Amino acid sequence: MTAPPASPARVRVVLAEAARQRAALGSARAELAEQTQVGDALVRGLVRAQLGLALRLSFVVVVGLGGLPLLFAVARAVARAPVLGVKLPWLLLGVAAYPFLLAVGFAYLRLAERNEQDFTALVQRPER
Amino acid sequence: MAASPFTAPAIVAVTLATVAIGVYGLRLARTTSDFLVASRSVSPAWNAAAIGGEYLSAASFLGVAGLILKHGVDVLWYPVGFAAGYLALLLFVAAPLRRSGAFTLPDFCEARLRSRRLRKLATAFVIFIGLLYLVPQMQGAGLTVSTVTDAPYELGALLVGAVVTANVALGGMRSITFVQAFQYWLKLTALAVPAVFLALQWQSDGRPAVTPPEGMTFVRETTVVVEHAATFTFPDGSTEEVRPGEALTFLAGTPVPEVSGVASTGGSDWLLPGDDSGDRGLFATYSLILATFLGTMGLPHVLVRFYTNPDGTAARRTTLVVLGLVGMFYLFPTLYGALGRIYTPQLLLTGQTDAVVLLLPGAVLGGGLAGQLLAALVAAGAFAAFLSSSSGLLTSVAGVISTDVLGRGSVRDFRVGAVAAGMMALVLALNVSGLDVSRVVGLAFAVAASSFCPLLVLGIWWRGLTDVGAAAGILVGGGAAVTAVLVTVLGPPLSGWGGVLVAQPAAWSVPLAFSVMIAVSLGTRARAPVDVGRTMLRLHAPDALRM
Repeated sequence: MTAPPASPARVRVVLAEAARQRAALGSARAELAEQTQVGDALVRGLVRAQLGLALRLSFVVVVGLGGLPLLFAVARAVARAPVLGVKLPWLLLGVAAYPFLLAVGFAYLRLAERNEQDFTALVQRPER
Repeated sequence: MAASPFTAPAIVAVTLATVAIGVYGLRLARTTSDFLVASRSVSPAWNAAAIGGEYLSAASFLGVAGLILKHGVDVLWYPVGFAAGYLALLLFVAAPLRRSGAFTLPDFCEARLRSRRLRKLATAFVIFIGLLYLVPQMQGAGLTVSTVTDAPYELGALLVGAVVTANVALGGMRSITFVQAFQYWLKLTALAVPAVFLALQWQSDGRPAVTPPEGMTFVRETTVVVEHAATFTFPDGSTEEVRPGEALTFLAGTPVPEVSGVASTGGSDWLLPGDDSGDRGLFATYSLILATFLGTMGLPHVLVRFYTNPDGTAARRTTLVVLGLVGMFYLFPTLYGALGRIYTPQLLLTGQTDAVVLLLPGAVLGGGLAGQLLAALVAAGAFAAFLSSSSGLLTSVAGVISTDVLGRGSVRDFRVGAVAAGMMALVLALNVSGLDVSRVVGLAFAVAASSFCPLLVLGIWWRGLTDVGAAAGILVGGGAAVTAVLVTVLGPPLSGWGGVLVAQPAAWSVPLAFSVMIAVSLGTRARAPVDVGRTMLRLHAPDALRM
């Protein structure tokens, strides 16, 4: 009996390739864990992105809610405007403020998790 | 007012349920880890309800409606700020704080800045804020018991103090999570169900105006027992001197007199924002907004809860759910405050506006069965508020005392710490009964906003923070706020700009704390921890990477 001429007899090559692939996969992680310049730059980028997001959304709240006392003080007519039988400030502060805060919080949750997914994808991308 | 026959049983039932759930939790709590952090096995929904249950204290349940009754639209910033504090927590603190692995604020100081001394300083502030927040809870309990039953003030304070101390010392955190979650839903029910009946009754009464043009009138015949000497001024200009103990009866339809000595806003001013003080009023409003928005993240009992989340993502989701739950709750106190203007104007004469939530169901629905049952439900909710908030506060103060004052942080130390802190708060609560519940809680927010808020925000987002900078900021900013609190509580009444600056210190003490912390850190740049890069990686790296 003779073996077929084209059959690959050894599988060692495959294992070695897998090992090399794993090393490449982990290299960005290693940069992070070992605090190299590249790893440091990656983390700084993530922190800046998350802080920027938090500051942008708090600016929305500062303008949307924080502007109200000033608005009521400057434009007295706005503070007296009746909406649905209730004075506007009561409606804005007593009811509308809470869904507004919740909406901003929900937007933050979605965007912050997206930032993290982008970072994870960047770090785990095989370098080839 | 005749006490509802269901009130005392309702209060006893809530207290017993709290103890029973605590005992059930005790059977589950086997290891030290169970005891302190519920083995981090609490789901976001349970955890969020527990945080909400812990957060909605006497100030939220009774105080907010009382302030609205007294001052009108301007104090709506209290509930808005109490809720918005969770947004600030979500945006700047929640996920990184959970990933830092810190259980308490002193833990965070040590994990981020590697300083034992800073840790001790943070411990002192945690205990101060904890007690400042704990005392009004027991006062609220005393007020509730003396309002809805004939028992004395001390009984309520003693009851809450003893139950909470025993429950925390025996059950620890695991049982607290279940107790708190249960109490959030109880509190929401206790305000929401009566609110529906109150609104329906208001409809069937022909929707009486909250601020009638001819001034407030008594809806029913009302007897007012005077507690402090005062001068009543009637709309026709006549005045009457009254002495403590005097009982005055007003017939239905007679106008409500104005009272000297009770600071309240009358007529259309109540309905509109801003008051006569102009710039000062605007300053006080912004100061209040700053204190409540930024103070929540620095409250010790709020932070402890974050450690029970499994990871940073769960901490974020929990915070968002809390924001929703707390916001839903705060829709109701406004209604109570406004209806209180119509149905319980006598509270403006006695100055006991904090009792409006407790008395309104009886005043609107009369002495029938429905009125009595709803009054009992509200009293039960109020007790849930004192029990849950004081449990949370006591857990965090006891945790800090056991690890940083007694030393080892064992279960036994935790129990000793709980008993010590409980006794301290109880003694204070029995000796000071004249303080206004919501105002004291507001001051606790101001202290937290000017000490721990800058520490957390700068510690999480800025690499340049040093231990000396953090300590200087806490000492200057937090110290200034503490001084303002002590002057407000113990000192003589102040007026004009000085009074506003001291009564609402946050608008100047928070920026002061931030600038001192940044300036001193820049001056001591060499002291920044060498491993700050690694810490930043741990705080901000996504949970999926497991860095």
